[in-house]
Amino acid sequence: MNLKLKALTKSIWVFHAACSPCNNCDIEVLDVLTPRHDVERFGIALVGSIRHADVLLVTGVPNYKTKERLKRIYNQAPQPCLVVAVGNCACGRIMFKDSYNSPCAVDEVVPVSAYIPGCPPKPEAIIAGVVKLIKKLRGQK
Amino acid sequence: MKLLFNYLIFPGFLFSACIGLIAGWIDRKVTARIQWRVGPPWYQNFIDIVKLLGKETIVPEGAKLTFLISPYLGLLSLILVTTILGKSVILPLESFMGDLIVVLYLLVIPAIAIIVGAASSRNPLASIGASREMKLVLGYELPFILSVVAIILKSKGAIEIGQILNHQINFGSNLFSWSGALAFIVAIFCMQAKLGFVPFDMPEAEQEIMAGVLIEYSGLPLAIFKLTKAVLLYTMPLFLIILFLGKDLSPLFIVLKYILLLVIIILIKNTNPRLRIDQALRFFWGPMTFLAGAAVILAGLGY
Repeated sequence: MNLKLKALTKSIWVFHAACSPCNNCDIEVLDVLTPRHDVERFGIALVGSIRHADVLLVTGVPNYKTKERLKRIYNQAPQPCLVVAVGNCACGRIMFKDSYNSPCAVDEVVPVSAYIPGCPPKPEAIIAGVVKLIKKLRGQK
Repeated sequence: MKLLFNYLIFPGFLFSACIGLIAGWIDRKVTARIQWRVGPPWYQNFIDIVKLLGKETIVPEGAKLTFLISPYLGLLSLILVTTILGKSVILPLESFMGDLIVVLYLLVIPAIAIIVGAASSRNPLASIGASREMKLVLGYELPFILSVVAIILKSKGAIEIGQILNHQINFGSNLFSWSGALAFIVAIFCMQAKLGFVPFDMPEAEQEIMAGVLIEYSGLPLAIFKLTKAVLLYTMPLFLIILFLGKDLSPLFIVLKYILLLVIIILIKNTNPRLRIDQALRFFWGPMTFLAGAAVILAGLGY
């Protein structure tokens, strides 16, 4: 395994893009950073600018306005940048599927690398999703 | 050849970057423990730098050449400072005339590099950060230089770092006198502002202007800015040790004094909220300048 990939998996900086969520997933994402589940011990940190980010974390169902913003944010990110969809809405836009203001799901706008289902997902589930993402990056099963 | 070695490896770049990154880890770890978290492993900051080197560098549309040059400018001048300081700690008699003034000038350049880089990145939040950084520099430079002037007066007008050290070896540390203690308090707060730590981190306030001055930087230039911060975390406490605590400079005592200053920095960082920029300016131009002026007058009277 090369050094670049190893460094990437040991220091993941996350940019949180909220695409009109109901804020439950956002609260659970913040819970992951609190003392009980402290993910800074794995080098994961929340950053304020997409230019610093390695992972674009999306919550919620994109509507007509946030769809464009999500696409633009993804294009502004420096490569390699991965996308993680957190919550049932971002994974498959469950009950908003036929809604008048929901044009598409997250993975129709940007390529998603990991899906973390749940409404909202528990912090443990989010950490398990991140572990799966890291394993996928390293090419393990 | 020896100069190049000094600049790039021992008191210069490699050494100071390693010490600075480890000091940055101590800061993160202590902060985490205070918040009842576990905190990152000791190599976390090194990994962050390596990872940033492997990322893509994006230059925003319409950015000038200064966008890419300014990080190098800041780091190069800061390494020059660490080399001068490190050499004068090892061999106090070999310093040249007026190196204290050179150090004072070079210590401003990283802040100027950040201002120039942020202003050329064409981002509104970055320009807010740049204007705040500019006001902060204007704020802390006056009391900082006044406190250095107090030390110069105490050392009988010496503007060589070697002579200041010699004076302290003969007559005791500058800290243990009235003027030295006052100037030390001022210099601690100015160091906090120079490092860009809470309560003086408004240029890159993450919650309000999203990393402010660094918002458009990615990849290699961002890694160099992070390295500059790390080297500054080594340089500023060393500069204060030389000015105020220069009595005994054997390696063990230097490490102990460095850790003492680091503890003070981390304590201030973790027990204070962020100030607004006008509050910071009022703080530096009011009480701090007053204290530094009092220190200069006391030093002139010989206390």
